[in-house]
Amino acid sequence: MTGGVGGAVFEFLVGDDWRTAAGVVGLLTATALLAAASLPAWPLTVVATVAVLIWSVKRAGTSRRRAGG
Amino acid sequence: MSGAQASLAISVFLASAVEATEAFTIVLAVGSARDWRSSLLGVGAATVVLAALIAILGPALTLIPLDALRLVVGGLLLIFGLQWLRKAILRAGGVIATHDEKLAFERETAAARAAPRERGLDHYALLVSFKGVLLEGLEVAFIVLTFGANQHDVPLAAAAGALAVVVVLGAGAALRAPLASVPENSMKFIVGIALSTFGVFWGAEGAGASWPGDDAALPVLALALLAASWLMVRSLRRAGSSPAVETA
Repeated sequence: MTGGVGGAVFEFLVGDDWRTAAGVVGLLTATALLAAASLPAWPLTVVATVAVLIWSVKRAGTSRRRAGG
Repeated sequence: MSGAQASLAISVFLASAVEATEAFTIVLAVGSARDWRSSLLGVGAATVVLAALIAILGPALTLIPLDALRLVVGGLLLIFGLQWLRKAILRAGGVIATHDEKLAFERETAAARAAPRERGLDHYALLVSFKGVLLEGLEVAFIVLTFGANQHDVPLAAAAGALAVVVVLGAGAALRAPLASVPENSMKFIVGIALSTFGVFWGAEGAGASWPGDDAALPVLALALLAASWLMVRSLRRAGSSPAVETA
């Protein structure tokens, strides 16, 4: 039951691509490290967000096309 | 109403309208193919669960320090938004099928007719309506709570979400048909951009970063994400895919 609820919460929040979630955690961690060092962090946040999106779309597109033959 | 409040209200309205349209299709299919009383009981039960969740979590979220709230909620919104956006880009690029409410309605209706019938309360109709409204409603509740708590304006977010549900239900009741003419795929694209924009903005602020121009960075971020998405759609279309239609 707990596993079922935990799995449903995970599925709801993380969705079908855990790598995107991992990418977001990574980019926010890098943002926090830069901000803590008093460096401008927002350019990295923007570039990394677009990079995670491109990576996610490319991977999904490639796997769908492979699956479709 | 400030620009940030207007962006919040529009984002929550569009996201809620998309989810309400999908929930309406399920309830309409099950209610018309099976039993309206059982189906509406399922809707009522799911609404009570959702209202309880919002009543409990809404005030609790406002107790969390703003930076921590923005980091966690911004991160979650960004994850959520990037997944919406990825699917929207893949749909627009012809890689995966676009969503069609009419086909979704026909599929739900066929499944409802095929399921065994019982005397009295129709458990199938009750459970399918309950599950449909709860799952779509959870996304609405999540967006209302996260946007509302971060902007310290849960009432505005809740009002925008409620208005969307009322508009969709009103249109659905008037038509008594699935809302196939709602531009759902375009709305999902816009919602993906909005969720990702607010997610990256709040997430970075929560992580300690400052945005040049503060709130004025929001439209610039949205345009950057839109431009990147448009380029990806073009690239996918060039790579060539036959467009298709999906029902789920």
